[in-house]
Amino acid sequence: MSPNRTLATTARVLKQLSHDPRSIVLLLVAPSLLVGLFAWLFDTQPGVFDRYGGPLLALFPFILMFVITSITTLRERRSGTLERLMSTTMNKPDFIIGYGVAFGFMATLQAVVTVTFAVVLCGLSVEGPVWQLGLVAVVDAILGTALGLFASAFARTEFQAVQFMPLFVFPQIILGGLFMPREDMPDALETISDWLPLSYAIDAINAVTAGDSGADLFIPLGVVGAFALAALVLASLTLRRKTP
Amino acid sequence: MGLQSAQSPGHPDRSALTSGRESAFHPVECQVTWWDNGSMASVSGNAAQGHDSPAVTIRDLFIRRGRTVVFDGLSLQIPRGQITGLLGPSGCGKTTLMRAVVGVQKIHGGTVEVLGEPAGARALRSLVAYDTQTASVYDDLTVRQNLNYFARIVGADREATERVAHEVGMTSNLRSLVANLSGGQRSRVSLAVALLGDPELIVLDEPTVGLDPTLRQELWMLFRSLAQRGITVLVTSHVMDEALHCDRLLLMREGKIIADTTPTGLLKDTGTTNPDAAFLELIARSEQRLEPGHGKHAAQQESS
Repeated sequence: MSPNRTLATTARVLKQLSHDPRSIVLLLVAPSLLVGLFAWLFDTQPGVFDRYGGPLLALFPFILMFVITSITTLRERRSGTLERLMSTTMNKPDFIIGYGVAFGFMATLQAVVTVTFAVVLCGLSVEGPVWQLGLVAVVDAILGTALGLFASAFARTEFQAVQFMPLFVFPQIILGGLFMPREDMPDALETISDWLPLSYAIDAINAVTAGDSGADLFIPLGVVGAFALAALVLASLTLRRKTP
Repeated sequence: MGLQSAQSPGHPDRSALTSGRESAFHPVECQVTWWDNGSMASVSGNAAQGHDSPAVTIRDLFIRRGRTVVFDGLSLQIPRGQITGLLGPSGCGKTTLMRAVVGVQKIHGGTVEVLGEPAGARALRSLVAYDTQTASVYDDLTVRQNLNYFARIVGADREATERVAHEVGMTSNLRSLVANLSGGQRSRVSLAVALLGDPELIVLDEPTVGLDPTLRQELWMLFRSLAQRGITVLVTSHVMDEALHCDRLLLMREGKIIADTTPTGLLKDTGTTNPDAAFLELIARSEQRLEPGHGKHAAQQESS
């Protein structure tokens, strides 16, 4: 591994984004708009936004980063630049971590904007410290990035990559405890839910909004981080120097 | 003959190289050497410019992509410090062979040895540069940003960016976004990336496609100067006219090398005045060779 090549890759990905201001605006503003829409919808029913607003903060960065990363890396695979990089002295972790850091940075910006918007403008009540909410959002975004990197290995076209979103993401939302507390689910589904990273992301957010800290927050957060790390390692294994 | 003399003044080293090459081929019955063990020996005995071993040695290469067998027992050698042109129609396996040499192609049999190491070996990654057929650069970066990025990856310094931009004639476009460039400009940026660093072997897949004649001429002069610096240049093309710029020619058809020769040898042997006609003649001969009854007859014609 070479920090120079990793950072060069991070800088390159960010420069690519900087030539696409519309994407940056969408990345930073879209989640806030959706959170605002949600807050407005339940404006007359006190308590509903406080209950669901938190988990939304976990979902948006996860979904967005998943889609953005899987499409960007797919483009890299298809344009021949990945093959070119793989024919140089670049190591696979340089590439994967370079991407992870770049999108992780964007995710942090996104989390700051979205959490500020939710708490200050929409009045989301958070018992715990607000920075913890931001922290969870960032870790979720990194999870999305890692899964997106991994998923892009199985897509041949952008169209397929977008189709992976329902496959990788929707089951996690449905079984994540947002619609029904996980302990009330049928046993089989609860077991599946226990193996999905987003479940822990939502647990972590709920812990912050409820004001729990310590183990209630950091164990689920650690689980999400471990899933992200595992996905990054798997993604790195999907990079091939030799292709058929 | 007209073509040969027209081109010699531009390349003073050409005549020397060519005559050396021709003498090596005299023991074989014709200037165009059909690939067999005999000619392999004659090439290796003729290693160019002080290097003992060829830059690339391929033995019994077997590659299939999907269900298609691309190569079934391909063997060839590429000498060091020269421009070797791999020519053949689209779909004949040129790109697959390039990928095998660079070490990004999965192979299913045989060996590919590059600069004394198995293709794709770690030690080769800084010695072999590769320019893919489609421009492998980032559309959403400027020319300079692309070059700077790849320079950092291959460990070249910042001056390298200016140097390679100059070499491919893109100095005035350094600040342009690659997406806004023409097809020919994009492929020149991609070529510039391959020139970064300090490669000993440069593998270029159709680098001159879509370029106007002036630019093509300039690029061939660039390849010539690379070869003069001792760099081995391996170039593919499906435009037969480009053959005349190379030191060595490998003509490929349907996954087989149908001739391993020099530009002069190609024209002289086939009795043609342009490479297109020469290639058609070679195809006709290779088809005759496949039919056992005609083999002897064809050989007699060649030696006459």
